[in-house]
Amino acid sequence: MSEANIYLPHLMRIAAITEEAPGVRTFRLEFVDAAAAEAFAFRTGQFGLYSAFGDGESTFCIASSPTRKGYIECTFREVGRVTAGLADKEVGDIVGFRGPYGNVFPIDQWQGKNLLFITGGIALPPLRSVIWNCLDLRDQFKDITIVYGARSVNDLVYKAELKEWEQRPDVNLVCTVDPGGETPEWTGKVGFVPLIVEQLAPSPDNTIALVCGPPILIKLTMPLLRKLGFGAESIFTTLENRMKCGVGKCGRCNTGKSYVCKDGPVYTLEQLGQLPAEY
Amino acid sequence: MDLNEKAKQLLEAGTVQAVLGFEPGTHGAPRPAFARGADQAARLVSGPGCDQNLASYVTRAPVKRLGKLAVLATPKVLRALLQLMAERQIQEQDVLPLALDAAGQVVELATAQAMEEHLALEPDPVSTQDRELLDRLGRMTRAERWAFWQGELSRCVKCYACRSSCPMCYCEHCTMDCNRPQWVPVPSHALGNLEYHMVRSMHLAGRCVQCGDCGSACPVGIPVHLLTFNAEQTVHAQFGQRAGASAKLDYALSTFRPDDKENFIR
Amino acid sequence: MADTYQLSSASLDALFTAIQGDGRRILAPTDRDGRTELNPVRNPGEVARDYIQTTMSAKAAVFPKVEQLLSYTLAKGQVDLVDPEPQAVPTVVFGIRPCEAGGFAALDAVFNWDTRDKFFNARLDQLAVIAVGCTRRDEACFCTSVGGGPGSVKGSDILLTPWSEGFLAEVLTDKGRALQALAPKGFIPAPAVDKAALLVDVPAAFDQPALTAKLPALFDAELWGNQALRCIGCGACAFVCPTCVCFDLQEEADGQSGRRLRSWDSCGHSLFTLHASGHNPRANQGARWRQRVYHKFSYYPDRYGMLGCVGCGKCTRACPVDMNLQEHLLEAARS
Repeated sequence: MSEANIYLPHLMRIAAITEEAPGVRTFRLEFVDAAAAEAFAFRTGQFGLYSAFGDGESTFCIASSPTRKGYIECTFREVGRVTAGLADKEVGDIVGFRGPYGNVFPIDQWQGKNLLFITGGIALPPLRSVIWNCLDLRDQFKDITIVYGARSVNDLVYKAELKEWEQRPDVNLVCTVDPGGETPEWTGKVGFVPLIVEQLAPSPDNTIALVCGPPILIKLTMPLLRKLGFGAESIFTTLENRMKCGVGKCGRCNTGKSYVCKDGPVYTLEQLGQLPAEY
Repeated sequence: MDLNEKAKQLLEAGTVQAVLGFEPGTHGAPRPAFARGADQAARLVSGPGCDQNLASYVTRAPVKRLGKLAVLATPKVLRALLQLMAERQIQEQDVLPLALDAAGQVVELATAQAMEEHLALEPDPVSTQDRELLDRLGRMTRAERWAFWQGELSRCVKCYACRSSCPMCYCEHCTMDCNRPQWVPVPSHALGNLEYHMVRSMHLAGRCVQCGDCGSACPVGIPVHLLTFNAEQTVHAQFGQRAGASAKLDYALSTFRPDDKENFIR
Repeated sequence: MADTYQLSSASLDALFTAIQGDGRRILAPTDRDGRTELNPVRNPGEVARDYIQTTMSAKAAVFPKVEQLLSYTLAKGQVDLVDPEPQAVPTVVFGIRPCEAGGFAALDAVFNWDTRDKFFNARLDQLAVIAVGCTRRDEACFCTSVGGGPGSVKGSDILLTPWSEGFLAEVLTDKGRALQALAPKGFIPAPAVDKAALLVDVPAAFDQPALTAKLPALFDAELWGNQALRCIGCGACAFVCPTCVCFDLQEEADGQSGRRLRSWDSCGHSLFTLHASGHNPRANQGARWRQRVYHKFSYYPDRYGMLGCVGCGKCTRACPVDMNLQEHLLEAARS
């Protein structure tokens, strides 16, 4: 009898599907095997490889919080073969899940600190896991500010949760859409996310910044935060890279001496600076 | 003027920004080399072993970025350049072919017409050895031929050296790399190997200039060039044209002519 | 702890017979159609005589070019997964060179760090290596520049050195001793012999630790793009390499059933790092060539404490455009 097969996924039943935005869906997944469900635990920041059996696997963060037991959630946009295969699935269908993989946001080190989340579009899912994790442990943190933008109102994801966060007195939510993306009813801001952050001018004192977004958002926001006085070790991001095995063997996500699937996907800006500029 | 003098002259005058030829490599075997300044012209060599089809470089982005290119033009290079022109991948003014006469002196073939005329003087492209192999394959029964290729292709590892070395395989999104749908399996099992080489031969039918580089590039020595040679020979027999003969060639498999044979329609 | 013996040709014959009697196959370099490759053999007479290296490497014995990792059958609302038991054929690889024998450690480092790959381990478990030291070299070889040598014992269970009418045999590991025990009479204690004198001399070509230390500063150098100008971006170098281990995962299914396969892949291929968004972090061949060099000479030492290269030269010989690795490394070292 040989060792365990590290490439074998868990079977997950789709318990719920939410249409978040055009082409973007959230799956709520439950383990088919009760023992696997019982044994499963993860920490915020981790990701998994999700199988559309017949098409292959795709990498998404675990978008739900570890504090919510009995299920995990992933949010994805239909862009290619596997995500098209997933998008075809209905409630009750079976998909695969391998994980949890990767490193974590060290939220246990952030007790008593302010948290600043900056993200856009479909980059909210990985930070949404952290947000709910922290909101479920609200007393441990001081101010929580979320700056979230999308191309248009329709492209905002987790619309119902955005409303919830907006209404909570213990969360400062700033929503924005790109110029031209607003509707007549829109009461949020209009402007690119980095611009809104600049206007907000958040203080770096006792604050951890979490930034996740497409390359352009990262490229503009990081220098801005440094200019505002944030230390490179206080700015966290979560990277993407093309992945296949997820366990640091196939080499695809390798950059510098790092495997994004093992040493990441969570990196501080300081750690990013030590990686070659090829992400 | 010999090749080194000509290369130096062209680079010094700025007529071209790089000269693509050969330099001595490991174990003395020539390998492709780019002379990018007049001071590098002296390292170019020609002669036996300078066989590789350098035309495979002219459609690559990093090479195009160098500027106008002069290329040491053996007959196979000329055929490939003409076929690339026929397929509208390069224009006359992009490349300056430099052929060598019997005395090793450079003949500039700056126009498609000059290239075509020069080629008309060249012998049959297919080597005696390959001709014998093709004849041998042609004499086999279908079952023997199938067994031969099954055996050969079982050694294929899908490194794509054949594709990468072919001047006609310039597609930025190769069929093999498409996964919606996955036309051909990626892994190098029997079906994956067979389908890849079959599809490639079909994609080269009417386009292969019979340089043989795919076969010599193969690290495990599979004579894949015989597959495309055979496809090319079939097109020549059926449609009466040869890839690489002219810069104004229509693609045989998609061009309709009123006098096309219809004897296969029963 | 190595014990050194002399092994005559006749004794080697007997050893081959005994190994096969023990239910193992023997893979050794054979000459066929002008090529030397690893193939199953029955007796030493079939083994090629005059080779430097085989073209493909022995890594296929532990990391085959295609491997099935799982399979499944599908129905509405149901998936049945099958977790395969790796079928490892007990194998002795005979006649590879010490450089290549040293390559298995680099594969092991990747497949077994953090989590263990059962497919690789099942095969490695059933593999024994009898390498043969080098009396010849060619221009592509540079084992001594990367911590190896024509008589290096790294990775071998038994190392043979051509001597007199037979071989010196160093029995190095438990697996080696188990092989010896199959035909013990043939292993006669050897007198003291200067092994190095029997082997070809391979002077070191460059100072590898100095190069490794220099690489981080060279990351943005134009050097890599210039060297890669003639690279055609195929996978030949990665696939012949005894230490290259990058792989692809592919799904093959027909609606009712399917399987997930692993196959060899290469960082030299342009699609290797392509994101679904269309963004490619290594968008040109210079960046991909640089990755090959850095992965082997900078990232591997950082991460695994060993090089990702054994100096065998297979990549250089297999490359359609002669990307001579030693030459490129020397240029980088001098720049």
